[in-house]
Amino acid sequence: MSAVEDIATEAPAVEAVPKRAMTIGAGTSLVVLALLFAVPIFAKNFIVFQMTMLLIYGLAVLALNILTGGSGQFSLGQSAFYAIGAYTSAILMEQYNVNYALTLPIAGVICFGAGFLFGQPALRLSGVYLALATFALATAMPQLLKLNFFEKWTGGVQGLVVTKPDAPFGLHISQDAWLYYFTLVVVVAIYIFSVNLLRSRSGRAFMAIRDNEIAASAMGIDVALYKTLAFGVSAGITGVAGGLGAIAVQFVAPDSYTIQLAISLFLGMVVGGVGWLPGSIVGSAFIIFVPNIAEGISKGLSGAVFGVLLFLVIFLVPHGARQVAIVGQQLLSRLRK
Amino acid sequence: MDFGRNIIVAALAATVLAATAGGVQAQKKYDPGAGDTEIKIGNIMPYSGPASAFGVIGKTEAAYFKKINAEGGINGRKITFISYDDAYSPPKAIEQARKLVESDEVLLVFNPLGTPSNSALQKYLNGKKVPQLFVASGATRWNDPKTYPWTMGWQPSYQSEAHIYAHYLLAEKPDGKIAVLYQNDDFGKDYVKGLKDGLGAKASMIVAEESYETSDPTMDDHIARLKASGANVFISITTPKFAAQALKRLAEIDWKPLQFLANVSASVGAVLMPAGFENAQGLISTAYAKDPADPQWDDDPGMKRFNDFLRNYDPEGNRLDLATVYGYGAAQTLVEVLRQCGDDLTRDNVMKQAANLKDFAPDTLLPGIRINTSPSDFAPINQLQMMRFKGQRWERFGDIMTGDVGD
Repeated sequence: MSAVEDIATEAPAVEAVPKRAMTIGAGTSLVVLALLFAVPIFAKNFIVFQMTMLLIYGLAVLALNILTGGSGQFSLGQSAFYAIGAYTSAILMEQYNVNYALTLPIAGVICFGAGFLFGQPALRLSGVYLALATFALATAMPQLLKLNFFEKWTGGVQGLVVTKPDAPFGLHISQDAWLYYFTLVVVVAIYIFSVNLLRSRSGRAFMAIRDNEIAASAMGIDVALYKTLAFGVSAGITGVAGGLGAIAVQFVAPDSYTIQLAISLFLGMVVGGVGWLPGSIVGSAFIIFVPNIAEGISKGLSGAVFGVLLFLVIFLVPHGARQVAIVGQQLLSRLRK
Repeated sequence: MDFGRNIIVAALAATVLAATAGGVQAQKKYDPGAGDTEIKIGNIMPYSGPASAFGVIGKTEAAYFKKINAEGGINGRKITFISYDDAYSPPKAIEQARKLVESDEVLLVFNPLGTPSNSALQKYLNGKKVPQLFVASGATRWNDPKTYPWTMGWQPSYQSEAHIYAHYLLAEKPDGKIAVLYQNDDFGKDYVKGLKDGLGAKASMIVAEESYETSDPTMDDHIARLKASGANVFISITTPKFAAQALKRLAEIDWKPLQFLANVSASVGAVLMPAGFENAQGLISTAYAKDPADPQWDDDPGMKRFNDFLRNYDPEGNRLDLATVYGYGAAQTLVEVLRQCGDDLTRDNVMKQAANLKDFAPDTLLPGIRINTSPSDFAPINQLQMMRFKGQRWERFGDIMTGDVGD
């Protein structure tokens, strides 16, 4: 059996998700958006901060979702791109006094470049091998950030403290609320961009590659280009999330961006439903709130409790939030009849 | 008899006045987290993640406050100790600190652990004017009352310890050639900086430096390179697991320099026993706390109280774990501060009293080492004593030393 046949007969790494099933209806989207918009009016600052983190991690999970759910490539290295984005924003803001809003597109572009470049050698790898290669990137990143050579900019192991922006135009809302709305706007914009991307010609190319690489190339899709492009887009969005994260947390340090973060994002994607973009927010909620719940149940065994909860989720709803949403929809339509 | 009556009236008036004045002084003042019956204390610990071994500190502190409450509390107020897990991750630490301050409304955040996490908290807590009291890290940056008036460390800083070794070397071995092995993080780098500052003009005595990562499986290569440099002094700035590996490896390749070991790893039970006592003879380190594994403290009244506490309130606690000793000492210091606060439990007064500790000696500190603070000195413990390993125990030698590191 030749290598080509081998690949051809191999089951696709990720289950095919039809592109219409990747999003939710306009009505539901508007309701969710309205709810998100109302949060700071009713919630305390701490909750607003948590919601901001929810959106930021949601964005990072979304980026991974485009890569894995869209183009079928695995990555355990998202923490590296998140770190590059965070450091780009932090360094520009603190060392060069760039406005925080401007640092985000720069972070996105730099990460797009990094992801695109990393995608080149990664082309030769697929499935678990690609996951391992990206894993290497994630383990290397904290050490690279500690290097003496970069210390002038990165602050070395001590990290950098970032100043939180005030609300502009003399708006009388707290810094937290302002940052929340700012994040919300960025996230919604990128969400709309992502949905459109996946519905576009490029998105169809991603999905064709995911479902069957050889068939895709036979159809005339430049497999190498689109695979690296998917990596670049995913890394770019992750970078924007990283930049927002640095502003919200007000601190960057190498130890914030370990492999643990990459695994959390991966977990968020699986729990939210691979390939289902709205699930990113659900997955992000899982990685933020479930550890807190686990800690509330038992401090000494928080890791074990988290493991049990995760196991239950994977066992009961293997397709994550998407499955729950589909079941819910069916129940609703049955009620209407 | 008008005159007499007048005197009585005047005396009465004076008494009333004095009483009112006293009343004003003793008036109860509270900030969020404090009340007539309760003081809420927040804490953040890595109960999970790479530094989870230090979670013991939080557990010991919880047990100590349980003891204080069982004995009637502080000035009649019970302590509610709320401790959260940050898994040693700075973003998580920020989230937990905000939860403590904004949702649980604690009076202060006590003994949060780890340099990266605390660096992340420093700006937030100072902005909110919430005490970040007795930070569990030896970085030098916690002693900076001008920039960060709401942050205070507890243990001696890594730099002051390194200074002490530098002074010793300059006096005892001025022609020494030094090889340094350090952990590639804030702890290791802070230490190397202290060493170089301490050596001053003679920093060229350092002939070789090797850094390692906590993910390295062995120290063999690093030790081989350091030996090849021809050094006759070896300084090991390592955490326990790597300290033991390095000690063992030195013996295996038959390299016998004058050895120094950072005091975070000076544990007889956790480092020297596994490395083999014969490999640790003559090793030099420093200490500020009593090692419970050391039989010389068996009859010490302070350690007896520590043992009683473990028996009655923390039966699961490991007596030989230095983290248990640490948590006990830190918790005792906080209780002293709160006691000094009296009925004025404002955040302002907490910092004022924390900066007003005079010759306070927790049960677990070495005899002669005292906690002293002032509005310009936010380094509670800044004394150490040198010690040399002989037989199966440390022998302290020389005076109690102060490693002065100004910011």
